[in-house]
Amino acid sequence: MDPHGGHGTPNEPTPTIWPVGFAIGIACIFVGLILGTIVLVIGAVLTGLFGFLWARDVTSGFRGASAEPEPASVAPPVPAHKAEPEPSEGEIIRYPRSKFLEAVTLGLGGVIGGVVTVPVLGFTVLPPFIKQGHPDIDVGALADFPENKYVITTFLLDPEQGEVSRRTAYIRNNGLLAGKPSFTILSNRCVHLGCPVQINGLPLDNQKKTETRNGLAVDRIPTAAAAGFGCPCHGGQYDKEGNRTAGPPVRALDRYDFMIKNGRLLLRKTYSVAKVDGEGADAKIHKYPLAGPGQHIDGVEAWLYPVQPPR
Amino acid sequence: MARRKPGRREQLLKLALYPLDWLEERSGLVGGVKYFLFRKVPGDISWGHTLGSAALTAFLVQTVTGVILAMYYTPDPNSAYESIRHITDDLTLGWLVRGMHRWGASVFIILLFLHMGRVFLYGAYKYPRELNWIVGVLILVFGMMEGFFGYLLPWDQTAYWATVVGVNLQATGPFVGPFLGDILRGGSEIGPDTLARFYSLHMLVLPGAIGGLIVLHLYLVVRLGVTSPPWSPTAAGRPQSGPPPPPRKGLVAPGSRGARKR
Repeated sequence: MDPHGGHGTPNEPTPTIWPVGFAIGIACIFVGLILGTIVLVIGAVLTGLFGFLWARDVTSGFRGASAEPEPASVAPPVPAHKAEPEPSEGEIIRYPRSKFLEAVTLGLGGVIGGVVTVPVLGFTVLPPFIKQGHPDIDVGALADFPENKYVITTFLLDPEQGEVSRRTAYIRNNGLLAGKPSFTILSNRCVHLGCPVQINGLPLDNQKKTETRNGLAVDRIPTAAAAGFGCPCHGGQYDKEGNRTAGPPVRALDRYDFMIKNGRLLLRKTYSVAKVDGEGADAKIHKYPLAGPGQHIDGVEAWLYPVQPPR
Repeated sequence: MARRKPGRREQLLKLALYPLDWLEERSGLVGGVKYFLFRKVPGDISWGHTLGSAALTAFLVQTVTGVILAMYYTPDPNSAYESIRHITDDLTLGWLVRGMHRWGASVFIILLFLHMGRVFLYGAYKYPRELNWIVGVLILVFGMMEGFFGYLLPWDQTAYWATVVGVNLQATGPFVGPFLGDILRGGSEIGPDTLARFYSLHMLVLPGAIGGLIVLHLYLVVRLGVTSPPWSPTAAGRPQSGPPPPPRKGLVAPGSRGARKR
């Protein structure tokens, strides 16, 4: 009970300098993640080297001592039961009943625990990955979207969830491309950390139209002109096509696929965009599967996110 | 002082102590609590050593006020904000209970850090108390998670967007990040499941975990004893110069109760 004595020798490790180098290595790795590969590699080398030296230092006592008694542990374990005769060399190992009962109790307990735990864990973890994504969303007739002007459109992403799923898209009618209508439909979710980006332009609030179809309200606010988009949270800036121009975002704004049915514009799956070359209907979009905000989708950094959950 | 018949006084005392004796005989709890409260601690401890108890008190305040708030709160996107408004504006002293919970959360975290600083500066994390430091760090981590999950519950603009950013921040972690984000949100988008999930974690899972860790923490404190300050001459094994300090009298004098029993 007395922490200050009575133990004889407390198993304190001897002082060592290696953790300092190890810590510097870890710090270099973090700095390298921001600054560049060279610092990262130096950090990794330092961490590995000093980690090894530290581990060698710490385990030197055990390694020196463990060389001897290892062969002894290969010998068959002796049951702790007193009544059982000691099994001698070459004799069949016998397990007393108490050992058997102990094993059965632990085994059955483990099975029961597993049978209860696995479904509960599955129920906790799996639903977020099943049946994700959203249904097609009707946002209005083609005539509601004037050419080359962004319309701030809000709609319910998932009508079953109600108002909590209301989202905003910036929709621009690019006119015709090879005889087919072309639209640029940007998600307003900032690809830094998910705040709502705002239009750097003039929303014409007095021309706001609310259209209700099948009990679902869609708001449309035309804009006079847009120089791009900006995020209020951490200052990310995007140009008219959604390319990042400044601030912390790692790629261009996400976009919606679209479809035209009976003269009405439907929003389909959301996808991610690395960057956009060109403008309007002629733009070349570097398209990737939808990724979360802040996640790289091209370049070396994309290796950090090899697998995406289903969207 | 008016003197009474000694026999009657003893009878009354016996009557009053009977329930305690009954409990002690069957559970040993009274002795356990006495051991916990009147155990020996170094003579040169200070007010700094009370920070842990202060943090425990803050946690108990959070528990009690949280239980009361849970009686009126609705974890549903359409009514969560309204139920909070109802608690604050309509219910008798609701503003006080909510305010205690809201400010108490900060107090709890601040006290944890002060307690941690005291333990660090006194070197009280050293052998054989490393495990208790680790348990304490886990309590801090779970306490911070309480703050993160609780912040969403008012369901106003601040709460919503702070959670959007917070969850997305964790979703940028390499490899497992995107999956972690989806598990936290209960899906790829924030919705009704997110609020219910955060509520459950905030009021059931994490307080339970913290409570269990506190029990373990206290067990280790009692088992290993309280550390003296690093400058303590007695702990360093040096003979004290000058006359021995007078015995300290605490708020409760342990000697008198023990002497009466034995």
